[in-house]
Amino acid sequence: MTERIVIIGAGQAAVQAIATLRAEGFAGSLTVVGDEAFPPYQRPPLSKAYLSGAMDRERLFLKPDAFYAEAKCELILGVAATAIDRTARFVALADGRSLAYDKLLIATGSRVREIRVPGAKLPGVHYLRTIADVDALRPAFKTSKSIAIVGGGYIGLEVAAVARKYDLTVTVFEALDRVMARAVSPILSDFYERVHREAGVEFKLNTGVEAFEGGGKLEAVRAGGKSHPFDLALVGIGIMPNPGLAEAAGLSCQDGIIVDRFCATSDPAVFAAGDCTRHHGRDGNEIRLECVQNAIDQAKHAALAMVGKPTPYSEVPWFWSDQYDLKLQIAGLIQPGDVQVLRGDPAARKFAVFHLRDGVVAAVEAVNAAPEYIVGRKLIGEGARVAPERLADTAIPMKNIS
Amino acid sequence: MSKIKYVEHSGKEHEVDVPDGWSVMEGAVKNLIPGIDADCGGACACATCHVYVDAAFEDKIPAKSDMEETMLDFAQDLQPNSRLSCQIKVTPELNGLTVRMPKSQH
Repeated sequence: MTERIVIIGAGQAAVQAIATLRAEGFAGSLTVVGDEAFPPYQRPPLSKAYLSGAMDRERLFLKPDAFYAEAKCELILGVAATAIDRTARFVALADGRSLAYDKLLIATGSRVREIRVPGAKLPGVHYLRTIADVDALRPAFKTSKSIAIVGGGYIGLEVAAVARKYDLTVTVFEALDRVMARAVSPILSDFYERVHREAGVEFKLNTGVEAFEGGGKLEAVRAGGKSHPFDLALVGIGIMPNPGLAEAAGLSCQDGIIVDRFCATSDPAVFAAGDCTRHHGRDGNEIRLECVQNAIDQAKHAALAMVGKPTPYSEVPWFWSDQYDLKLQIAGLIQPGDVQVLRGDPAARKFAVFHLRDGVVAAVEAVNAAPEYIVGRKLIGEGARVAPERLADTAIPMKNIS
Repeated sequence: MSKIKYVEHSGKEHEVDVPDGWSVMEGAVKNLIPGIDADCGGACACATCHVYVDAAFEDKIPAKSDMEETMLDFAQDLQPNSRLSCQIKVTPELNGLTVRMPKSQH
């Protein structure tokens, strides 16, 4: 019988697991340990409303203290878990304590990928992943004139949009030939690059950063063999999963903790959820998903399995990004070779790109186009076939598309 | 702070103080009031924070954006006073607002 559940990692997945475990009647003890000083909070607004100052810190927290009290869940914050003993079934903490468990959920998330070039540790070179990161970056926005953004992905472009609001001179350095190349199709990349250029952002594509330069603090960025003066830099070159504890405990890992459809690891008493995991996606490929949806849904399925009600995880992944007045919503995973269908007009700043794989709707990228996103997500979940000419015809409302 | 009253579909009432600037959805979620799911966390991306607003306040709440209008189309049991609570920002004018919840958000 499961009497003690321990969750390592105090993020989005932890909150969902607590809610599902208690809703499903788990009556044993529940403990969450997290290395950040804060109770679980939303990360997506960090690079958007929290950075711009539109949202204060209090609003970031996912749940009030009363939630944890009512769920009789102990939160141990600001303390790292240092080891998992799977034989004796306990988790060792950095402060010397150890937490015994019957079932364990690892939800350790991810960390920023660090740039390994000379000068990367200079003051003025920032990353963005935590509340503390933004609390350090925002004041620098007010005292700086120019920012170099290294990496044209979601984080880099969201920060670029906020930086333009602060009237900073913004240059994005991207090693690949288009922005958000890992996340979106070329139509979207071109559209977002154009929007940012119109807002005054400069781009240096196909350009990796070679060094950060300065005496005591950042003064310039070396790229393409030249020094470009900047007084601030934000590095957003992706994240890496945190499977370290699991690896050290001998669980199967490969660029992430490997979990099955029920979110169990190679040890049936140990589950994992969120950014730190690798699983077989809906189309059978092994994938690692870095998003809120995956953290929530895997945590839900892990919790169900822990209380003896396993159900397989097969939810459609979804993502979003806010830049300027544009709300980007994506459902499904795009793949090279998909047939792309454009619905609407990018010039109107309201359009969607559907991706068909063997005639089946596999993904949708929607810009200020919520119906396309919502219906698209449903069609993907159903594995529906829709004729490309119908998808492209804006005279047919999305509600009646299939 | 403004007083907002949330009425569950069952009729159960919750009156809470919500800081100005927060959304009506956040006031419910942060006070553990059931019936507003807000799956997307307030991004106007899921239509699971649907509420019916008190007729007396309809004029005091800014009009729906196109985005909210189209998202509401996907909510169940739509009525003329339907709104997405993540899109209603709490202001002193809304002190005393009552919102009722639909039978289901899905």
